Amino acid sequence: MLGLNKKDAGLLLVVIGLTVFAPFILNPFPEGSALAQFNAGYPDLMQRLVIFGIFAIGFNILFGLTGYLSFGHAAFLGVGSYAGIWMIKLLTLNVIPAIVASVLVAGIFSLFVGWISLRRSGIYFSILTLAFAQMSYSLAYSVLTPITGGETGLQPKVGDPRIFDSALAEGVTPRANLFGVFMNDSYELSLGSWVFTFNAGYYIAAFFMVIAFYISIRIFRSPFGLMLRAVKSNQQRLNYTGIQSKPYTLAAFVISGMYAGLAGGLLVAMDTQAGAERMFWTASGEVVLMTILGGAGTLIGPVLGAGFIKYFENIVSKINEGILQAWFSFMPEAAQEFFVAIFYPFIGKGWHLTLGLIFMLVVIFLPGGLMEGGQRISNLFKKKSKSDTGSGKASPAPAE
Amino acid sequence: MSNFKLTRRGLIKSSAVVGAGLAMPTIITSTANAYTNEPKGGTVTLGFNVPQSGPYADEGADELRAYKLAVEHLNGGGDGGMMGTFSSKALKGNGILGKKIEFVTGDTQTKADAARASAKSMIEKDGAIMITGGSSSGVAVAVQALCQEAGIIFMAGLTHSNDTTGKDKKANGFRHFFNSFMSGAALAPVLGKEYGKDRKAYHLTADYNWGYTTEEAVKSSTEAMGWETVNAVKTPLTQTDFSSYITPVLDSGADVLVLNHYGGNMVNSLTNAVQFGLRDKQVNGKNFEIVVPLYSRLMARGAGANVKGIYGSTNWHWSLSDEGSKAFVKSFGEKYGFPPSQAAHTVYCQTLLYADAAERAGTFNPCGIVEALEGYEFDGLGNGKTTYRADDHQCFKDVLVVKGKENPTSEFDVLEVVEVTPVDQVIYEPNHPQFAGGSLGTCNPGT
Repeated sequence: MLGLNKKDAGLLLVVIGLTVFAPFILNPFPEGSALAQFNAGYPDLMQRLVIFGIFAIGFNILFGLTGYLSFGHAAFLGVGSYAGIWMIKLLTLNVIPAIVASVLVAGIFSLFVGWISLRRSGIYFSILTLAFAQMSYSLAYSVLTPITGGETGLQPKVGDPRIFDSALAEGVTPRANLFGVFMNDSYELSLGSWVFTFNAGYYIAAFFMVIAFYISIRIFRSPFGLMLRAVKSNQQRLNYTGIQSKPYTLAAFVISGMYAGLAGGLLVAMDTQAGAERMFWTASGEVVLMTILGGAGTLIGPVLGAGFIKYFENIVSKINEGILQAWFSFMPEAAQEFFVAIFYPFIGKGWHLTLGLIFMLVVIFLPGGLMEGGQRISNLFKKKSKSDTGSGKASPAPAE
Repeated sequence: MSNFKLTRRGLIKSSAVVGAGLAMPTIITSTANAYTNEPKGGTVTLGFNVPQSGPYADEGADELRAYKLAVEHLNGGGDGGMMGTFSSKALKGNGILGKKIEFVTGDTQTKADAARASAKSMIEKDGAIMITGGSSSGVAVAVQALCQEAGIIFMAGLTHSNDTTGKDKKANGFRHFFNSFMSGAALAPVLGKEYGKDRKAYHLTADYNWGYTTEEAVKSSTEAMGWETVNAVKTPLTQTDFSSYITPVLDSGADVLVLNHYGGNMVNSLTNAVQFGLRDKQVNGKNFEIVVPLYSRLMARGAGANVKGIYGSTNWHWSLSDEGSKAFVKSFGEKYGFPPSQAAHTVYCQTLLYADAAERAGTFNPCGIVEALEGYEFDGLGNGKTTYRADDHQCFKDVLVVKGKENPTSEFDVLEVVEVTPVDQVIYEPNHPQFAGGSLGTCNPGT
């Protein structure tokens, strides 16, 4: 189907199924129950999950296949965001031009950055990309304030030109839409005490993620993908056989830059705001974490990693002391105080700590990321280990 | 793309899959509320979105304390704080409109993206009816725009940039805190009186929007008085060592250094400047002076003895002796054991003002709240007579000019109020050049 073998087609169908039914999967707990705190099925988080999924899929094409560790991928996300928001301000509130422009502009920018950075490999490449990203961040934050809005960022305003749109009715706030469907339009389905939210913006973003995932499978299985793996396993040998590896790595770099641009464009489409901190180095580091946490070089791992981190950022960070006390309220007061004191550093603003611990555990015990964990579990059940599944085995070794 | 062979059967199968995928998400309607997150049960949820990590975490923590105190008072607990001194008596201590107040908290990380994500989850997941907080202007502007779009009221916390109620003002957003222009207008006369009218000023400015508007405000009001601006240098926000920016000041011929810095920036730049001995210098036959346009007690504490005798402006200070301030300091102090900061004060006021507006309007509908707050005059919240101007949703009140205390008696007692600049001196037209370019739009109740 669609040029995929049976196994990959199955994987694609699983991803499609997961994204389509995400509103159910992410809202397992009934409304009003104590565990509703852990529900993630609200539009903003669902959108972020798939958008950062796209970002991580793209990053994995570069890092997972060629082993080149880019530490500046957030720059492309940011550039894509700015391109997108300008399309929304200048052309139309329809998100299509914004998304197209964000991919193109990020592609051109990554061609430029890649062309320079790929002259080096290994740690030098990482540092070069990091330098470019921080440069872009600083420019966007201060020097280029007239274009980027500086610290305040850019938002659509009532007074924007929007040359393709007819004038807004008096008092209407500009909102991004797709042919009249607003990104924050939702349909709420109540089944008993469960409430499921189906959001238009989420499904648009999910549609792009499925396409992005499909393209990524095709790249992984193509001769081009094989060549990228060759770069990862031994670039020197590749050069000795007379093959110029740079065009391949540059192509991979640009492709993953365009993925990042797409993610940036979608972020702007879903939530019409672009700011410089999106390009800060911690944002670049985050996508590296996502990919490694999920499993670098695997197809679906980065998506899982992205979901995991975004879930933590948005759910665990919102548990405050009051909620914690409510959880342990069935205990005697001394025990309650004790457990609250123990768990308090790990929730709320301490979510970074929890995430860091999990990341350490994964890297130490499951070097292949969450995917390796999943595979070990399935192997336990199958009682036989498959020698090569073509995925999940790649270790995140740096490029040589 | 090795095995991309197009067969008839393959094509039909594939297009069936794609078609099914496309047909799935076609059910889209809006919900049947009169306005976004209309509270239906016996409770109403407010969203407190403050920085719990990052450079302004101290301010965020203090804001959160004040929010909790405000909720306690509004729900009828504690001693009522400023509810007793507030000029409006609509609040009854039984929540808002009879509904008990609950709240959710979030971490803005002082980043616009994180703040918006957190605010969105409050709106979409927790059903918050009002969002408040923020301790940087970038965050406030971003969240204000989000609330306008979503149909939620935004009560800004600590945001001092002109833009929040200037070119980025929104109908659903309200600011109680003062702004850069007011700082400049309040400071200039005091500086003129203390330091003379023929000074040469050198500005160091944090390189982002708040820095720009503050520099512009201080520059224009001091220049109008007769000062000369020798130079204005931008410093990166992430800078921690300002030595390389201080050295050129000595050779510039300037005799006043204006530090348009806030938070950790200000602590470091001021410390550097004092260490370089700027304050002991004589330039042009005058003592060299340093000015910090926006002061906060938390910053002054960070800079320690270096703030002694340095002038700045602030929105509120706990040593004020009016009834409102005294009541607030008392209940805050009893609960937490130390006096509140200006950030705590402004967010406490904002929460009370929102609750009061909802009571007076008789509804939580954002348009009703906007109508109740626009042009609203009140007193008893620590700043004297205050007006919420309808044109830009900015509060107009007296501004405090403060000075670092020479002989602090405790670690909280670091600032002294030099002058209370009356509101008439700091007021400006809504279309003043430093605020022009925005439009308020109309209130948005959402769906």
